[in-house]
Amino acid sequence: MADKIATRVAYGEALAAMGSDERIVVLDADLSKSTKTDVFKKKYPERHFNMGIAEGNMMAVAAGLATCGKIVFASTFAIFASGRACEQVRNSICYPNLNVKIGATHAGISVGEDGASHQAIEDIAIMRALPNMTVISPCDSYSTAFAVKAAIEHDGPVYLRLGRLNVPVIHNENTKFELGKGVLLKDGTDVSIIANGLMVQYALEAAKLLEQEGVNARVIDIHTVKPIDREIIIKAAKETGCIVTAEEHTIVGGFGSAVAEVVCSEYPVPVKMVGIEDEFGKSGNPYELLELYGLTAKNIAAKAIEAMQML
Amino acid sequence: MDQKEILSLKKTATNIRKGIIEATTAAGSGHPGGSLSITDVMTYLYFKEMKVDVNQPKNPDRDRFVMSKGHCAPVLYSTLAEKGFFPKEDLVTLRKTDSYLEGHPNMNTVPGVDMSTGSLAQGFSAAVGMALAGKIDKKDYRVFVGMGDGELEEGQVWEAAMAAAHYKLDNLICFVDYNGLQIDGKITDVMNPEPIADKFKAFGWYVQSIDAHDYEQIEKAVENAKQNKGRPNMIVCHSIKGKGVSFMENQAGWHGVAPKPEERDRAIAELNDYLASLDAE
Repeated sequence: MADKIATRVAYGEALAAMGSDERIVVLDADLSKSTKTDVFKKKYPERHFNMGIAEGNMMAVAAGLATCGKIVFASTFAIFASGRACEQVRNSICYPNLNVKIGATHAGISVGEDGASHQAIEDIAIMRALPNMTVISPCDSYSTAFAVKAAIEHDGPVYLRLGRLNVPVIHNENTKFELGKGVLLKDGTDVSIIANGLMVQYALEAAKLLEQEGVNARVIDIHTVKPIDREIIIKAAKETGCIVTAEEHTIVGGFGSAVAEVVCSEYPVPVKMVGIEDEFGKSGNPYELLELYGLTAKNIAAKAIEAMQML
Repeated sequence: MDQKEILSLKKTATNIRKGIIEATTAAGSGHPGGSLSITDVMTYLYFKEMKVDVNQPKNPDRDRFVMSKGHCAPVLYSTLAEKGFFPKEDLVTLRKTDSYLEGHPNMNTVPGVDMSTGSLAQGFSAAVGMALAGKIDKKDYRVFVGMGDGELEEGQVWEAAMAAAHYKLDNLICFVDYNGLQIDGKITDVMNPEPIADKFKAFGWYVQSIDAHDYEQIEKAVENAKQNKGRPNMIVCHSIKGKGVSFMENQAGWHGVAPKPEERDRAIAELNDYLASLDAE
């Protein structure tokens, strides 16, 4: 296994590896080389269909295939899956509760140079608001392979949020993944850092920075944004007294909001959010953009201190 | 198809029209105009053409019907009830809070509904998916679609039309209910989708144009479509909005307005008179 691997690459490989199930059909919208569904296409060309640059149609075609017993993976960039095709996902997939899995790649500002028009920073907020939808934002290749497997096994719509950028491998073959369950990466007693997607690596780095300040931080990867693991969040609130969330997404209605909804209603404690502060992204080197928008270990650590000071 | 069979279909269609009137009046809202214009096509499909079994509504080998113009749920429900998928008495619960008959078709609550629709053009795309699944699985079922002429203004219709031709879905047979009217008036005034037949021809479809209320023409077009290989099928059905109820015919105002009880009584009396005249034949 390479040191760093993009979750979209892991997605294509997982689809191909698990593609022997003949119910699986993969659709793409002229982006199969970028979404990596071309890896599946090489192995199972008879079950891969290019729907052209027409994402709305692709989602409703996927719904029709699903009514006939197919497990459909429909892939495009997250901006188009959650934006342009939003109403098709709502009315043709979620409302009838059909077995369509949306492989949404190039999520977040780490898309980089393509700029704001292609950086989906609101997709989690949109997708988690839809009844029947399961939303997964994996942090690495192991987590992505698990997400694909879980999506196949789950009967109903799933939104898989995947990234363009190479990210470090955090989990291993022994990690216990379960849909709707968070993974405790590091125990701690002073503050809990709850993250997903590419922010998990920075959450772990932040815990190391905090350790130098004498702060013992807990780190949790909550890959499934919906249904969210209420138990692990409430336990974190009770045992550490404050929480920092970290997401590569707007803080308006996203993962941080999902965590805060649980905390507010079950065990109110301070929650600080690291994410994009209600603004669009821009073109640039992905790592420079992460820095520019405060999606860093340093910022997570700073917010952790702020949260602790509220106690 | 002999005259006896046509007579029988006409009687069935009249009963379906009565159901549309009763249901929308009881609901106090709904879409009778476009329901009445496509009734004869629906009657032909469900009572002459389609392989469906009321006891196995989800049989994987069945023919499918997608009402892409989902606001015409009243005709779909009335047809399914007439066929025996659920009790006709339930039609008057349309749109009520405690009813399973949603204002727009719901595949998970109404037996016989093959796709949840309501947002225009999405049912058409879903039908493309069903036809594609039939090709993948090498099954011989067909997918029928009811569309509106105003619906053709949705861009997604043309995305789906491209995809159906690209994948050579000759198992897809669509009917566009060309009654010329949409909510805000004539389709040619609101946003002209014409020439409809030429557009689908240019998209690679096998296109036929017929009178939507002539059973012999419907039959001939469906039989031609079943013989056609390699292209999806579009049957452009010249129809009369509000067909069968004199004061509703050709009136855009009856697109999305339910009859009042006294209007219902007049409409039902007209339809009963027509039934009596059919009986006398």
